[in-house]
Amino acid sequence: MPTKQPLIHVLHPGLFTTVQDLGRSGYQRFGVSVSGAMDSWALMIGNRLLGNPDGAAGLEITIQGPELLFEQALTIAITGADLSPTDNGLAIPMWTVVAMQAGSRIQFGMRRHGARAYLTVAGGISGPMTLGSLATHVRSGVGGLAGRAVKKWDQLSVGPAAPMAAQSIGRSLPEQFRPRYVASPTVRVMPGPQFDYFTDDAIRLFTSSPYRVTTESDRMGYRLEGAELPHRTSAEIVSEAVCVGSLQVPSNRQPILLMADCQPTGGYAKLATMIGADRSRAAQLAPGDSLSFRIISAQKASELFRSNHAELDRILPPCRS
Amino acid sequence: MIARMIQLSESAITVEFGDTIALSTNDLVLAFTAAVDQAGIRGFIEVVPTYRSATLYFDARLTDAGTVMKNMRALTVDTAVSPSRPSTTHTIPVWYGGAAGPDLPDVARQAGLTAEEAGELHASITYRVFMLGFSPGFPYLGIVPAPLATPRLPTPRKQVAAGSVGIAGTQTGVYPQASPGGWRIIGRTPVVLFDLHRPKPFLLAPGDQVRFVAIEEEEFEQLAGDQA
Repeated sequence: MPTKQPLIHVLHPGLFTTVQDLGRSGYQRFGVSVSGAMDSWALMIGNRLLGNPDGAAGLEITIQGPELLFEQALTIAITGADLSPTDNGLAIPMWTVVAMQAGSRIQFGMRRHGARAYLTVAGGISGPMTLGSLATHVRSGVGGLAGRAVKKWDQLSVGPAAPMAAQSIGRSLPEQFRPRYVASPTVRVMPGPQFDYFTDDAIRLFTSSPYRVTTESDRMGYRLEGAELPHRTSAEIVSEAVCVGSLQVPSNRQPILLMADCQPTGGYAKLATMIGADRSRAAQLAPGDSLSFRIISAQKASELFRSNHAELDRILPPCRS
Repeated sequence: MIARMIQLSESAITVEFGDTIALSTNDLVLAFTAAVDQAGIRGFIEVVPTYRSATLYFDARLTDAGTVMKNMRALTVDTAVSPSRPSTTHTIPVWYGGAAGPDLPDVARQAGLTAEEAGELHASITYRVFMLGFSPGFPYLGIVPAPLATPRLPTPRKQVAAGSVGIAGTQTGVYPQASPGGWRIIGRTPVVLFDLHRPKPFLLAPGDQVRFVAIEEEEFEQLAGDQA
């Protein structure tokens, strides 16, 4: 008798809940965004705790969480923002592998810190891949559940868990390695391809005063508001590739920080690129929060990238899929 | 030939071949892209060709920027055998003007032409797909005959219909999906540029060529009906 895939029923969708993995690569030349988890670090940690491959799909939960009913027993971990998750009213510990019984009802409550939580599950959220990924890109209607956010009465399937998953119950990311999300972080950037398009004043202002995340901010990018960043001559360039972390400055002189759903190309001068190691901090911001910037070299950014990954591999080795 | 290499991020390098929109520069970009696709560079994820540069994405856990730059400099780039000499020419029927092309009268007026003449001029040349971007399957085509070159709308439309053919400066393009957009809309095609249910979801690739052919509203409706 074939075993039925375990199901998660969506009783309430929350503010904006999407299926995300580590994104869709190989199709940017056709205009397809990479997308994937905003805080890919938190998603990856959840997956490693559970014995999933790094790129297994989970739910990205934004600010106000959903209400979910588990039809079968499932092993899960919730990482990222602390949105006060509960199971039938009892608190679920963050960054920890937890066994859920059939009939568990998951709810979220007060936002303690951060903006995006990740619900990862042993076996990962499963479904038909679109261009090699389950990541949802709402703007183009690609991936996830019919290219949209989760809605009421949706059913999410869960893939087969690795045989080791049961042994991971209780496994937890040690306290000292858990990210501390703050509402006004400093993030490090490396000079962008059009760094020399900006005046010395612009560079000084950029690194000496904070920028507010406006309400015109979403998974595509954050429109920031702060000191104006004047260009030497022009704000526009011939369209070329942009990436997550690119800081574009259009002619209104206010920077836009590109995030997971950004388009593959753009035509505004790029002052800087936020380093990968600090992407998680930015991903955990909500409108009204603010950001300060510090410039480091590309060399230093690469070293940090490698040392961060090496440290994670030491604490939580990647799992073979 | 390579004008400049610059790190876009820890895991991306942009290779520039020039500063402007020109066929000869784009030839180099596409030839370089084809060479990178074949090169088997360690940690390679993807390469994204644009008008005058190509950006290579790599896994920074497996390699580093310095090594990737060295790998790229070592490539032999042959524009003679690259896809910049495209074998694929697509014919795209367009209903110009009317309800399909609300900006055609303005584009024609500033060109000193009638709307019909402007449509004919737009359909009179073969365009290069310089790059795709903005949304899945959106082609940046050029170079538009000089009289038709018109800046973007001062305020973008909230909704542009799928299949809309637009002009922005010397570029022309087609919106594969309904979306907001600031290009001057001169017509609409029933051809579907992006469809996930097809074996080849994307009609166009960088380096392809496109010919537009004017059709009447009746033929548009008939072709659009056949696709449904």
